[in-house]
Amino acid sequence: MYVAVKGGETAIRNAHKLLADRRRGNRSVPAIGLEQIVEQLALAVDRVMAEGSLYDTELAALAVKQARGDMIEAIFLVRAYRTTLPRFGYTKPVETSQMAIERRISATFKDLPGGQLLGPTFDYTHRLLDPELAEDGVMESPDRRVEAHEHTPRVTDILGKDGMIEPDGEMPEGVETGDLTREPLPFPLERDLRLQALARGDEGFLLGLAYSTQRGFGRSHPFAGEIRIGEVEVELEVAELDFPPTLGRIRVTECQMINQFKGSSKQPPQFTRGYGLVFGQSERKSMSMALCDRALRARELGEDITAAAQDEEFVISHSDNVQSTGFVEHLKLPHYVDFQAELDLVRRMRSEHERVASNSSETKEAAE
Amino acid sequence: MRNENQGNIPTSGGYEFRRKAAMALLAQATAEEMENFWMQWADKPQVETLRGPEAGLVMVRGRIGGGGAPFNLGEATVTRATVRLGNGAVGHAYALGRSSSKVRLAAIFDALWQEPAHRQVVEDTILAPIAQRVNAELEDRRAETAATKVDFFTMVRGDD
Repeated sequence: MYVAVKGGETAIRNAHKLLADRRRGNRSVPAIGLEQIVEQLALAVDRVMAEGSLYDTELAALAVKQARGDMIEAIFLVRAYRTTLPRFGYTKPVETSQMAIERRISATFKDLPGGQLLGPTFDYTHRLLDPELAEDGVMESPDRRVEAHEHTPRVTDILGKDGMIEPDGEMPEGVETGDLTREPLPFPLERDLRLQALARGDEGFLLGLAYSTQRGFGRSHPFAGEIRIGEVEVELEVAELDFPPTLGRIRVTECQMINQFKGSSKQPPQFTRGYGLVFGQSERKSMSMALCDRALRARELGEDITAAAQDEEFVISHSDNVQSTGFVEHLKLPHYVDFQAELDLVRRMRSEHERVASNSSETKEAAE
Repeated sequence: MRNENQGNIPTSGGYEFRRKAAMALLAQATAEEMENFWMQWADKPQVETLRGPEAGLVMVRGRIGGGGAPFNLGEATVTRATVRLGNGAVGHAYALGRSSSKVRLAAIFDALWQEPAHRQVVEDTILAPIAQRVNAELEDRRAETAATKVDFFTMVRGDD
């Protein structure tokens, strides 16, 4: 017999009211504004934009506020929002070589044109909590150095001149750029679709996988060839204009990982590459993405697939935290009927088990 | 147009190149700037809105390895508008974000820019101040970044 159960509306309404109250917290503390979140929790906003796969700082800040700082909930909110808007088209690819650079480092060359620009980094801080930040103290302005503009070539182009490294990745002729927001993922994937999935993938998941490749699970001997953070222009081809208008600028982080490669029958020994590109300022995510991109090229480069990070279906199917949280968290929704059926089944198996046990002991007694 | 000179108003180059540069500056204006410019515009034309302003998304693309085949990086919010002025000039505007008032005014200024009679005024009173602000911000950022440049020096051992 199936019994439909209704109820809980009042409980749900009151729970959401309570959530709103707890989100606001103590009313004697001023409410946090979206501008404050954008300006002062900028890297949280960047993560929500990257994994929400939607560049809009104000919306991401609203999501962080609404989610009470729960990043995956905020990412979920942004993903849901994007489904409400029409899509105007695909932009021209952003040119990271033309970036207005805010940070640029290379771990492979000390002296390189354009130099090592540290920018606003946590590196070299002592990771000691700063009690002064608890107060709203007077801030010193950053130092300035005015110098002639120097061209900042890409490290991969410097290495590429001697053919010591493979070129930027090309796709087979005539292949249309895949879009996982439009079509289900067709495993095995081309590199373009993998990069799209990795760009919106969970930072923690990709970080763990990237770390596993360093520890020997799919070892790929990486060097951080170049990391650059800065703004790039976005241009869109539109029907009504003969030129692609510039929509504005977005901040991205790019990582060029350089990896050892012993060569194959088709290719001489040369360095191979993993690539990371992420919305906002996120070095950890772009480095993890680049390491995973390289590990996932095992099939293309004829390497043995022995580790989790090299298994495309494993990595890409589980990298999306909105999907992951949806399936894990659905377990807390009512499964009363399923569970009743399971309970009934276990009870029947149990009585069967007891009946067999007592029968066999009776048979045993009779035999004695 | 390269990032290094995105704040400039080209004085030479073809019509399309100059219009693209003008539209790029209008896209980088703030809503507040645009509303001030519009308030100060003396002889306001009749404006008919042909499309929008409407918010939507674009799928931003990157390139594999930075310079290779395109891939889809993620979406961004964009607002667009198209207007027609009383004299028939049609203006378009596109800008990242969701500021409909800004983008509608940008479309009006794009239409005004296309009229030879208004172009110089648009460039002098609207585009120039935007360019000045954008350039100053870029210059600040460049100088602040340059101050974090590592100047390597070699330690010479004194046992020769």
